[in-house]
Amino acid sequence: MRSIIVDDEASARAIVKELCKKIPGMEVRAEFPNALEAMKFLKDNQVDLIFLDIHMPKLTGFDLIETVQNPPKIVLTTSDKNFAIEAYEYPFIVDYLVKPITTERFEKCMRRLENAFGQDGLGSKSNKSVQDEDEDLYINIDRRLIKLKFNDILLIEAKGDYIEIQTLGKRYRVHSTLKKIKEKLPDSSFFQIHRSFIINFTQIVDIQDNSVLIERNVIPISRSNRPELMQRLNLL
Amino acid sequence: MELPNLDYIKEISGGNEDFEKKFLSIIQNEFPKEKNEYLENLEREDLEESAKIVHKIKHKLGILGLQQGYRLAIKYEEDLKYGNTNLKSDFHEVLHTVEEFILKIA
Repeated sequence: MRSIIVDDEASARAIVKELCKKIPGMEVRAEFPNALEAMKFLKDNQVDLIFLDIHMPKLTGFDLIETVQNPPKIVLTTSDKNFAIEAYEYPFIVDYLVKPITTERFEKCMRRLENAFGQDGLGSKSNKSVQDEDEDLYINIDRRLIKLKFNDILLIEAKGDYIEIQTLGKRYRVHSTLKKIKEKLPDSSFFQIHRSFIINFTQIVDIQDNSVLIERNVIPISRSNRPELMQRLNLL
Repeated sequence: MELPNLDYIKEISGGNEDFEKKFLSIIQNEFPKEKNEYLENLEREDLEESAKIVHKIKHKLGILGLQQGYRLAIKYEEDLKYGNTNLKSDFHEVLHTVEEFILKIA
């Protein structure tokens, strides 16, 4: 796996580089003391992974994330735990390492990366997201991270700049989009049934005409999505 | 009083002495610069910038095994953002301890 390290602290870069040496298949192609130099490098070079510091002078790690087109997988490295909430807004952020990074935590991160890049390990790449392997999702509510189990989510509805996640007995309003959450959810049980709805189709009670019943919610099925939904169901 | 140690560096190095030497020379070079930058900002009463440097120094305190110093730096960094310098002398004591340690291992 080709990686780069972006951090304004030389000591922090040295630690990540040393930790990477112990990981078979991990190649550190370059290191940069600021986001701008990294951006220039990324214009002409492809990498699979960026170890990225958040706090840097002038341009922050998030500035870099916003600038890079088709970003690779990113592992954030920071001394500040408070950014974890923001970090998980981005689907390509695989992990969030708090400095000083321990060997044990780094190895855990590598296991997450292995999942993200497929079973062949860090020597190979795929676009499969790490979230496919997870069983839960963290959402940001009033600066708290709340864990939701995928199985407990019934449906997600788009409401302007927000989405509303409905679980058994609870509703959560989150500042996000259907597109973003869709990338986090496993295809094996979630499906966008309508422009404004993603459903957990394992929770369907019944289907009638152009709507599905999930718990006590009647959700419309858009005409274009109906055939794919029917294909996914285990029909007798 | 809490004293710095090399436990973390040794854990990361896994016995690689070349790395340990190289890494310590990075710390010896980086820490005094950051300390001076912090003090200059403090003198100018630019507490927001001071907080940013404390943020970086905090990482080094963690690297050198100063758990109490690390926690103090977290609090001090936040306080500085709100214009509060009450923890200044405690933090300066930690800086002094690190400085002495760095000179000792040079």
